[in-house]
Amino acid sequence: MSDHHPTGIKRWLFTTNHKDIGTLYLWFAFIMLLLGGSMAMVIRAELYQPGMQLVEPNFFNMMTTMHGLIMVFGAIMPAMVGFANWQVPMMIGAPDMALPRMNNWSFWILPFAATMLVTPMFMGGDFMQGQGPAFGWTFYEPLSGQYNKLAFFIFAVHLLGFSSIMGSINIIATIFNMRAPGMTLMKMPLFVWTWLITAFLLIAVMPVLAGAVTMMLTDKYFGTSFFDAAGGGDPVLFQHVFWFFGHPEVYIMILPAFGIVSQIIPTFARKPLFGYASMVYATAAIAFLSFIVWAHHMFTVGMPVAGELYFMYATVMIAVPTAVKVFNWTATMWKGSMTFETPMLWAIGFVFMFTIGGFTGLMLGVAPTDFQYHDTYFVVAHFHYVLVTGALYAIIAGVYFWIPKWTGNMYNEKLGKLHFWLSTISVNVLFFPQHFVGLEGMPRRIPDYNPMFADWNAISSLGGFAFGASQILFLIIIIMTIKGGKKATDQVWEDAEGLEWSIPSPAPYHTFATPPEVK
Amino acid sequence: MSASKTIKMLSRLLCAALLLSPGFAFADYELNLIRGVTEVSHMQYNLHMLVLWICTVAGIGVFGVMIYSIIAHRKSKGAKAAQFHESTLVEVIWTVIPFAILVAIAVPATSGLLLLESTDKADVNIKVTGIQWKWEYNYIDEDGVKFISQLDKASDDARKLKSGVDVTTIENYLLNVDNPIVVPVKKRVRLLITSKDVIHAWWVPNLGVKRDAVPGYINESWFYAEEPGVHRGQCAELCGKDHGFMPIVVKVVSQADYDTWIAGQKGAASASAAEDTKVFSMDELMARGEAVYTKSCAACHQANGEGITGAFPAIKGGKIATGDKAGHIDIVVNGKPGTAMAAYGSQLSKAELAAVITFERNAFGNKKGDMVQPSDIK
Repeated sequence: MSDHHPTGIKRWLFTTNHKDIGTLYLWFAFIMLLLGGSMAMVIRAELYQPGMQLVEPNFFNMMTTMHGLIMVFGAIMPAMVGFANWQVPMMIGAPDMALPRMNNWSFWILPFAATMLVTPMFMGGDFMQGQGPAFGWTFYEPLSGQYNKLAFFIFAVHLLGFSSIMGSINIIATIFNMRAPGMTLMKMPLFVWTWLITAFLLIAVMPVLAGAVTMMLTDKYFGTSFFDAAGGGDPVLFQHVFWFFGHPEVYIMILPAFGIVSQIIPTFARKPLFGYASMVYATAAIAFLSFIVWAHHMFTVGMPVAGELYFMYATVMIAVPTAVKVFNWTATMWKGSMTFETPMLWAIGFVFMFTIGGFTGLMLGVAPTDFQYHDTYFVVAHFHYVLVTGALYAIIAGVYFWIPKWTGNMYNEKLGKLHFWLSTISVNVLFFPQHFVGLEGMPRRIPDYNPMFADWNAISSLGGFAFGASQILFLIIIIMTIKGGKKATDQVWEDAEGLEWSIPSPAPYHTFATPPEVK
Repeated sequence: MSASKTIKMLSRLLCAALLLSPGFAFADYELNLIRGVTEVSHMQYNLHMLVLWICTVAGIGVFGVMIYSIIAHRKSKGAKAAQFHESTLVEVIWTVIPFAILVAIAVPATSGLLLLESTDKADVNIKVTGIQWKWEYNYIDEDGVKFISQLDKASDDARKLKSGVDVTTIENYLLNVDNPIVVPVKKRVRLLITSKDVIHAWWVPNLGVKRDAVPGYINESWFYAEEPGVHRGQCAELCGKDHGFMPIVVKVVSQADYDTWIAGQKGAASASAAEDTKVFSMDELMARGEAVYTKSCAACHQANGEGITGAFPAIKGGKIATGDKAGHIDIVVNGKPGTAMAAYGSQLSKAELAAVITFERNAFGNKKGDMVQPSDIK
């Protein structure tokens, strides 16, 4: 390679190259996925049978909390930023990100934030009693205020927020300023569009999260009473502020996933994406609605009935643009000439199972019944269908789709398909029964349960262990692909469209030094 | 796992598979939402079924088209890709149809929500207070009827890590309490729900009631039970270490049985008040103190008094238990804001407070030798 850059550890520490930084993000996300996943294994092992067999209740709470935080902030979000780094410049014909030094910084904050988040687990006292955060990933006050190492958590969240905001500014600046001549906004690949909208969501809500944790900080250490009723504060205010961040946050995790799937399905159907413009408008509509529905997470908190009605109506409205997206993907497949390579399998799996999560989302949005579903395993099943078989499936699909371009090697197709089928069968055995125990009356976030919930929990745990083990296969496939394998062509996929397929495989260290001409 | 249990599990998996196919009756209660015993819970169930069926039909439609396409429009079958990629008419149609369906759902959902929230008028008013990790019930129309309800002893012993107890042998494991709440049948019961520490949620699925208990707020909810019966539920909002272990039991009884129960509660309350002026011996205080400690303190400070490092301080050799008496009484009676240490002044009687403080000062090798009498508690 003729490109001049430092080698060894310095290459990665000082890199301002979007491809290197994308790789760093993706590996970081994968490590966090395995860490958060191992915590999920502890959870499913304890829930395998009724009775307490393995861990203390507080340790269990710490596992559910850290699992959620690590998966949301450590795995899904950084993986999506990794894709943005690799793909956005290549898809719009830019030589790199607009702000390369800041790009380096936004990544390198992350390992420190993660360390700060995880460290309290190993500090002071008996490890098995759970010394880390154990108040749920939603860290509701006043419960979180009882935790005596809260400052670690708060500063970790601040660092994660800095990283996300800088990453978002970079993506927006890149998309607005660095497009190749002729690449108008409405010609951009849908993945670029979804990330543009996601970046605006991040800039809007991450400061709100920072505000929430700062108020927690001053309540805990400086005698304020924002959330303390005894001092004239309001614990429900915390939930409003948190979910004003938290609801757009779920779309931050899923919109780029929509983008990835919208690249993959047309490629393997050999047919342009159906309703490109309506996909863009639907994404923008979902992003807008995501700001005005937050209190549907709080129907039982004691809002006035007018408020409950408003949030119910606004919430179920999200079903409309989401349905439009699913219909468009279906119409893209219709009368196509489809082949089912591994990325396509994961993308179709995404459409099916994300839709199931969408249906349960509609059910949860209907307020009177939400009073029964709220805080049960039905909710756990719902958000794992949208986040695991939704966001994570899209991430895995994206890795299989673009890894030939990244490494220059094809992955092993047989193993990729095996990975898909093992994962898809086990993930449904894992999460589908959770609908049933939830409807039967099992609350979420409990370490032990009445034996009437035992059979479905045992089945769910077995599915969980199988799903966890299947991801080891993913790691093996990725390492095999990096090390070797069949050489990928420049276009990689038959008739694949888009600028990234016009450059050599593997993508050279610097691409589009002179901008391409887009017709 | 025994063979019969395996068969049972397989048959349920089969049921689950059937559930996914059209025409299945959704009859098995172990798969579906609890129907419950009140007007509200029936409304919730019916609305649940309506939306579930709409989703099922929509799912069959969308998945059907996708599956057909996946089978028919594949390259290996020689399918040639069409190039259509836009149709404003189609986009409008599939925007309008979901919207119309949502309006159809919103109508019964609105009336259901108004029913659920109609908390005016009540025959019985009960103030429900969530406390880490138990419930306090205060019958505000009945002077002095107030008690704490927490996980029953059999479940509490069995749920300890590696207790060695087969929990399937425990009746209503984790869903049983020492003092259930008792209400009369065919009466509107209003619940005024609040919390002393963190947020809890009072949930009894059969009654269709789930409402957060928030410190500083009093939330209202209600139910009307048509038949006598026993209904069980749990705290539904994560509230710390023992969130999974604060169940709720509601006994619906006839008016006559309810009146008898109320009279009994009032008698117990006056007997407890009489004790507050008594002077106890050291042995009496220690024996009673141990019982109170086990029930109210051991969850955090542990049965051996050693606490949990980093979370709950030790009583054994602890600064407060071996410090001066007034400070010890103060922290037990008034609690420590911002921590899990509750104010026990309102949860325990003066005699119980005196006993447990005496116990803490003279057990676990703490040999203060002093006694606290009910008259010392202000």
